[in-house]
Amino acid sequence: MIPTIPQNPLIRVAYGAYVALFFVYLALPLTVVAVFAFNDSQFPSLPWQGFTLNWFFGSERPMIGVFHERPILRAIGTSVIIGLAVSTLSVVVGTTNAFLFNRYQFRGRSLLYVLMLLPLVIPGIVLGISILVFSSTMANAAWDAAQIDIQALRPGLVLVILGQFSFVTTIATLVIAARLQKFDRTLEEAALNLGANHLTAVRTITLPYLAPAIIGAFVVSFLMSFENFNTTLMLVGSDSPLTIAMFDRLKLGSTPLLNAVSLLLMLGSSLLALVLIAFQRKG
Amino acid sequence: MLCRDGTVTRMRAGQKLGLILLLTPLLLWLSLLIIIPHIDLFLLSLRERVGVRQYETGLGNYTTILTEPLYMVTFARTAMMSILATALTLLIAFPVSYYIAKMVRGRARSVLFLMCLIPFWVSELVRTFGWMILLRESGVISGLLQWAGLAAGPVELLYNDASIMVGLVYTSMLFMVVPLVTTLDSLDDAVIEAGYDLGGSGPSILREIVIPHAMPGIVSGSIVVFMLSLGNYLTPTMLGGKDSLWFTQMIYSQFIVRFNWELGAAFGFMLLILSSLIVWAVLRLTGQTLEKTMG
Repeated sequence: MIPTIPQNPLIRVAYGAYVALFFVYLALPLTVVAVFAFNDSQFPSLPWQGFTLNWFFGSERPMIGVFHERPILRAIGTSVIIGLAVSTLSVVVGTTNAFLFNRYQFRGRSLLYVLMLLPLVIPGIVLGISILVFSSTMANAAWDAAQIDIQALRPGLVLVILGQFSFVTTIATLVIAARLQKFDRTLEEAALNLGANHLTAVRTITLPYLAPAIIGAFVVSFLMSFENFNTTLMLVGSDSPLTIAMFDRLKLGSTPLLNAVSLLLMLGSSLLALVLIAFQRKG
Repeated sequence: MLCRDGTVTRMRAGQKLGLILLLTPLLLWLSLLIIIPHIDLFLLSLRERVGVRQYETGLGNYTTILTEPLYMVTFARTAMMSILATALTLLIAFPVSYYIAKMVRGRARSVLFLMCLIPFWVSELVRTFGWMILLRESGVISGLLQWAGLAAGPVELLYNDASIMVGLVYTSMLFMVVPLVTTLDSLDDAVIEAGYDLGGSGPSILREIVIPHAMPGIVSGSIVVFMLSLGNYLTPTMLGGKDSLWFTQMIYSQFIVRFNWELGAAFGFMLLILSSLIVWAVLRLTGQTLEKTMG
């Protein structure tokens, strides 16, 4: 069935209706989350009690808004720190990986490539517990050998960053490698002919060409880190990032405060998405 | 001559240095965060606790799992429901992806494609929360049903297997739509027209031209969706009922609640083996490789 082939109009309408229904299904949960952020009630549910902005700006009990809720603000801060660390690490390693697989032929290359893809097919929770187990083995070994307690190897910020980095790097590598593949190597050769050394050629010609992919990989990595739940759940210490903090609250019962946080998250991610699209256009 | 040889060796040495410099981060990442931790996890799962701080090496944790019906039932249930979720996601996503790739053109197309992506820019937690607001007893759908006179009192639609399924399908939709649209997009309209010219009907063209062409997309989408469902913790926990156990919940409870890491490690390893087996089987059956579908 393609537009150039005549088709029974009834089928065509039914098909269009199905696709429309699909988009309603996609939009529905997010719409209700957004709408109930403005409900003047203790619960994000019907009946509708009237419009309020208290879940954003309220400063008195029982309606403390997002901007006055310390634990939530702290959790957002933690998530941002983790996200920046994870995306920086992933983009750096992703870039070196992309160059490695694009430029070098060596023994074991295809094996390493499959290993590089592996984190995509390991369940996040298994990735989390394996890193948890290994780091505590190391911490215990350090304690037994020299009575040193290495805090970084206990559940907490460092482990969360390493855990997320372990699979986000694969995504970053794929994004950057895809663009490097399209690069015209003769441009680099021209730079070499004009007297540049290898490093200068890569720095002044190849890296600027890769910039859109590097920025794209950074934004995608940041979002993946910000949203990650499974791996983080197993490695989290006392500083909870936002998803874990929200999960803990949701288990206790929800107030429209969570809707307000969610709406801000949606706005934040859409903004990032727009930035990303703008950059891809330019590149 | 000598001079030229000299530059050649220097070039080679430079190349070798570059190779080593680029290999180091890759090897550090893969060995310290992926390979060694999984070996360590496996070793831990082979450790049996026989007394306080006394351990023996053996398959005891695995025999515990295999002989305890609750564990096996949960294991099988998680696998079956993940397969069902994958099949449903594929069935729902395929017509939509075909519509986006083949039925619309230009601007409308990019808008529709982008609309598919938007829900997935927010975290899974927010999406799950949305379904809770919709489905629960005091929720929007229950309210609508009462308002329309279809239900006498509040209806509880949450906390059962169907609500888990709704959540799983919703959460993984993107990972099916994107690869499907990409592969269907590369199918030339002329090939479909040729199919019609040669006397093919809608269903036969779908079976013999469209689906074979979309196979790489179907395979990679299915693998990712299956993995995400199998490893999901949030959706079964928030949308599922008291007795809809998910395998990841058992891993979590052994590690964090009961502090029985040995048994938890064995659970984790079984989950890893199950997911690898199914991924391998799907790749074998369809003649695809991991490099082709993921890379």
